[in-house]
Amino acid sequence: MTQSAPIATTPAPHAMTPDTATVPLARLAHGRTGDKGNTSSISVIAYEAQHWPLLVEQVTEARVAELFASRRPTRVTRYLLPRLQAMNFVLHDILEGGVNDALNLDAHGKSLSGLLLTLPVLTPTVAHSVSLPAPQGGRRPAWGGPAPA
Amino acid sequence: MSSTPPPLLIGCGAGFSGDRWDAAVPVVRTLLARGGPAVLMFETLAERTLALAQLQRRQNPAAGFEPTLERFIRPVLADCVRHGIPIVGNFGAANPRGAAACLQALAAELGLGALRVGVVEGDDVLAQMNPDQLAQVRGPRSDAPVSANAYLGAQGIAACLRAGAQVVVTGRVADPALALGPLLAHFGWADDDWDRLAAGTIAGHLLECGAQVCGGYFADPGLKDVPDLAHVGFPVLEVQADGRFVVGKAEATGGCVDERTVKEQLLYEIHDPAAYLTPDVVADLSEVTLQTLGPDRVLVSGVRGHARPDTLKTTACFEGGWLAEGEISYAGPNAVARARLAAQVVRSRLAELAPGLQPVRCDLIGVASLFADDAGTWAADQYGLEPAGLMQDVRLRVAARASQRSEAELLTREVLALYTCGPAGGGGVRSAITPRLASESWFVPRAWIKETWSLL
Repeated sequence: MTQSAPIATTPAPHAMTPDTATVPLARLAHGRTGDKGNTSSISVIAYEAQHWPLLVEQVTEARVAELFASRRPTRVTRYLLPRLQAMNFVLHDILEGGVNDALNLDAHGKSLSGLLLTLPVLTPTVAHSVSLPAPQGGRRPAWGGPAPA
Repeated sequence: MSSTPPPLLIGCGAGFSGDRWDAAVPVVRTLLARGGPAVLMFETLAERTLALAQLQRRQNPAAGFEPTLERFIRPVLADCVRHGIPIVGNFGAANPRGAAACLQALAAELGLGALRVGVVEGDDVLAQMNPDQLAQVRGPRSDAPVSANAYLGAQGIAACLRAGAQVVVTGRVADPALALGPLLAHFGWADDDWDRLAAGTIAGHLLECGAQVCGGYFADPGLKDVPDLAHVGFPVLEVQADGRFVVGKAEATGGCVDERTVKEQLLYEIHDPAAYLTPDVVADLSEVTLQTLGPDRVLVSGVRGHARPDTLKTTACFEGGWLAEGEISYAGPNAVARARLAAQVVRSRLAELAPGLQPVRCDLIGVASLFADDAGTWAADQYGLEPAGLMQDVRLRVAARASQRSEAELLTREVLALYTCGPAGGGGVRSAITPRLASESWFVPRAWIKETWSLL
């Protein structure tokens, strides 16, 4: 499955009910960015196996393409690894030429997993309260996402 | 003696050229304590490093290998030689024989006698292709490349080890080959035993970035806590004859190895996990499973492999002009507005003085920089004026590409001149002008490239 440019806008799951909460993806998953030339690959790995179906449903090629729209990806591909509860996103042509050519301070794009992990995800509050790691010191999460419900 | 060889321990002493010089010491201590056959690998050759090394060699024929090779090897060479632990590294860069001479001199200085160094060559494709072949594989650029090196596989390394090398020096090889080579020599896996070749390749893939599989590049306070990150250990893998392996780390070090760290590194820089292309095999991670055996011990199994590609990936580097960067900070009330004004001043001046410097990128470090694109679209969308207006300590960074150094200097001069000609209270100007390399990936038929190895 491949999403080609121009990227269509996909509505984020903002609809909240008393039983759900929107949290940044960083609360449910971790990830790491790698680069090859002008292409970035970013993994998204569920902390808990129980959240895997929710990630598959909501962390889609279309929503990731939208999140990175200002980088003008020519192609966004998602690969699923259900045995590891992990997925790998490959975002083509988003590094402004890559490490040899980009003007960005972070020419490798190593920080971009931090952008992907801001993606809002709608979770059932039961799962939310049971298994999510709490932010330290009662502060707002450092990544600037919504405060816990 | 059993017909199945015992497991091979592979430790990693460096994951890139800038890695810690002392990281290999606890790794070697662990290999010695655990006993049995063992190898130490060093990966110090990034995508661009080889072109930089080629430029160094042009200036000095004795240079062109890892500049800090001696700092990496001196702390561990005596132990490795005395206990029969071969060292394998791609620290030869553009001059593997120069690196070999350096290591032999070091061994003599340490009283270790004559060091048997194996050298793998043949990655330099410019020396091997005729103009017709070059025309077939090269990309859109028409200028002369500074360097073009194919990613060689593991066979040359294995041959050197079988011949008794105490150290194997390579130029460009696929990073995982630094582990697969020793595994081929140790287990005698067949050249088309794709599942085992793939398993050894993935073992190498997990090792090749050093601490990145042991809690480095991983820690995230409150979410992914890593004990004693300051002393993060480097990886030690125990690979079995059937290709399954246990990921661990050097003893008495910080960091951690668990299923999370292994998963992150497993997918690092991999595109399609079902088809990870290397010169030795196409590795398939679809069926990989992890099992925690104990603290800092994760068993990896289920790696599958398919026949290797017909072509060798080659990175060609070209001279790429200059990167000009200048920075200045603003703090206190209205700091963001002053930094934005400073950006406008520099943009206006450069448009008049150096119209060739386009685009001129401006970041407000502390407000928006890393996630932004050159045009600043992301920053404008995300922040507008409101939250940014509250920031009281921001740093303006201005950057542009220049074809000439003199043009790059115009940018750094304009940022410096903000001291007296810019907005109120600008401080802390720093600037840098850096030569750049551009690159292309070529795919060269194997038959055109002759990999060679020799024992010095």
